[in-house]
Amino acid sequence: MVDVETKIDKLLTEPLVIVNVGLSKFAKSLEEQGVDVIQVDWMPPAGGDKEMMDLLDELL
Amino acid sequence: MPSGFAIRKNQYYDSVFLMSVNARILKVEGIQQTAVLMGSPANKKLLLDIGIQDPDIEAAQPNDLIVAVIADSMGIINQVLGNLDVWLNAIQEEAPVSQLHTLEDGLTIKSNANLAMISIPGEYAAREARKALEAGLNVFIFSDNVSIEGELELKHLAKQRGLLVMGPDCGTSLINGMGLGFANAIRRGDIGAIGAAGTGLQEFTAQVHNHGFGISHAIGTGSHDLSDQIGGLTTLAVLDALEEDANTKVITIISKPPGAATLEHLLEKIGSCRKPVVGCFLGVDPDILSGRNNLKPARTIDEAARLAIKMSGNPIPLEVCLSPDDLKLLFDEKAGWSPEQKYLRGILAGGTFCYQSQQILRDAGITVYSNNPLEPKNKLKSPDKSIQHTFIDMGDEFYMVGKPHPMIDGTMRRQRIITESHDPQMAILYLDFILGYNASMDPVGELVDAIDKAKSVCKQRGGSLTVVASICGTGDDPQDLTFQMKMLQDSGVLVYDSNAKATAACCWLLGKE
Repeated sequence: MVDVETKIDKLLTEPLVIVNVGLSKFAKSLEEQGVDVIQVDWMPPAGGDKEMMDLLDELL
Repeated sequence: MPSGFAIRKNQYYDSVFLMSVNARILKVEGIQQTAVLMGSPANKKLLLDIGIQDPDIEAAQPNDLIVAVIADSMGIINQVLGNLDVWLNAIQEEAPVSQLHTLEDGLTIKSNANLAMISIPGEYAAREARKALEAGLNVFIFSDNVSIEGELELKHLAKQRGLLVMGPDCGTSLINGMGLGFANAIRRGDIGAIGAAGTGLQEFTAQVHNHGFGISHAIGTGSHDLSDQIGGLTTLAVLDALEEDANTKVITIISKPPGAATLEHLLEKIGSCRKPVVGCFLGVDPDILSGRNNLKPARTIDEAARLAIKMSGNPIPLEVCLSPDDLKLLFDEKAGWSPEQKYLRGILAGGTFCYQSQQILRDAGITVYSNNPLEPKNKLKSPDKSIQHTFIDMGDEFYMVGKPHPMIDGTMRRQRIITESHDPQMAILYLDFILGYNASMDPVGELVDAIDKAKSVCKQRGGSLTVVASICGTGDDPQDLTFQMKMLQDSGVLVYDSNAKATAACCWLLGKE
């Protein structure tokens, strides 16, 4: 329980460092606010084939 | 009506890009409907629903771009699809490109990251969120269409690991003064907030700011969090965190109606909090909330803001009802109506605003029909056809098929305003405008021509259309609040600084104070 409080507390007290997966405009607006953010232009792995994605997850 | 489509194999684009393409195509004269989307199974079903089917579409993969067009003639369709690459390239040049394509790529650059923001198609979002949690990151999931089972699994995983999951379907959060998603520019302060209703949380934080006070953190939980299936797992975790947060003096919870069991559990938890809690549970019977230990119930978001300011140890802002000047303007507006004008039409971008307005109107004894009604008996048979007093949530899924949300692009609302203007019984048109990060940079400018046209159509019939508007925003937002307001006023629109106040003006106009 102490661990739970500590980890979420940290999010509220320490500077945000964000990995933005998807819409690049979200990363842009965070940058404009001075947030440390990196943009990931995500695309579906394995061509979006769900079965293949599950297989990849098991292998990795 | 003629239709056509084009497929680009292995060209993946995010939803904002797709919406930009969609918006450009819609501006071509003679275009009736467009769908610009990736070839996922869900999207292919949507195409089927609008009558677009072909073996090539069936064979398309989630990494394949599909552009479908319905237009007045094949000539227009050929013109659009023939120029598609030019448009795609032009829009692509406007957006910077990242060489990182997976969460893992991002974490190699930012190994100290403490939050992943996920805004990808819902069918893939849970997978990425799970990976982020397993890597020790808190998660903000903007994506919708994650299954309830998927959401529950993520939130249990987060609880085990001591992490926070905001969402799925989380539109906004403010952490340490930084706005995530659709958030307003809000000063720091000592009022904390938790919101299961995105535009509700924006309205609350903007109200606190505009009264001269500030927010410690405002955390979005996602729209399903307070359902009985999820049981408020994120809300309860944030409540604990804000209890421990040294910068938070008072906690406010804003939501649409929670599940009955979840509400009861939440109220028990609130009762044991050391810090005072203001609860604005829209649509919930006030009797359920009265007399609860440590809870100050608020009927509206405006009241919640005033109560939170008071509970944080400051003088309570005056409850500003309609002023004598407001009433004179309303009286003059009403005097111009023709005898047949009697109905109110709300065409809203904010789902919470649509909900709160209906609650205020119901409390005033006014029956309102909606695509998202308070009670099932008031549900419109067709969202496209208003009857009597009608409020439309234009951000509803029905309108979002391959289209941008009305907070980003006003095209759908513009079209609806013109449609409504042809109903001679419409007397009042109510519109909300939402400023802030990631929202349209000119929400009023996008609609002002349609407003002028609607007023003109009504005038030609011998009547006068009263247009009421509310603006959710602050003077620090990226848009120019003062200019946005002035544009409305110059078009003869009655502008109010909150949804509740604008709805109160509508009640007065309908003779129900």
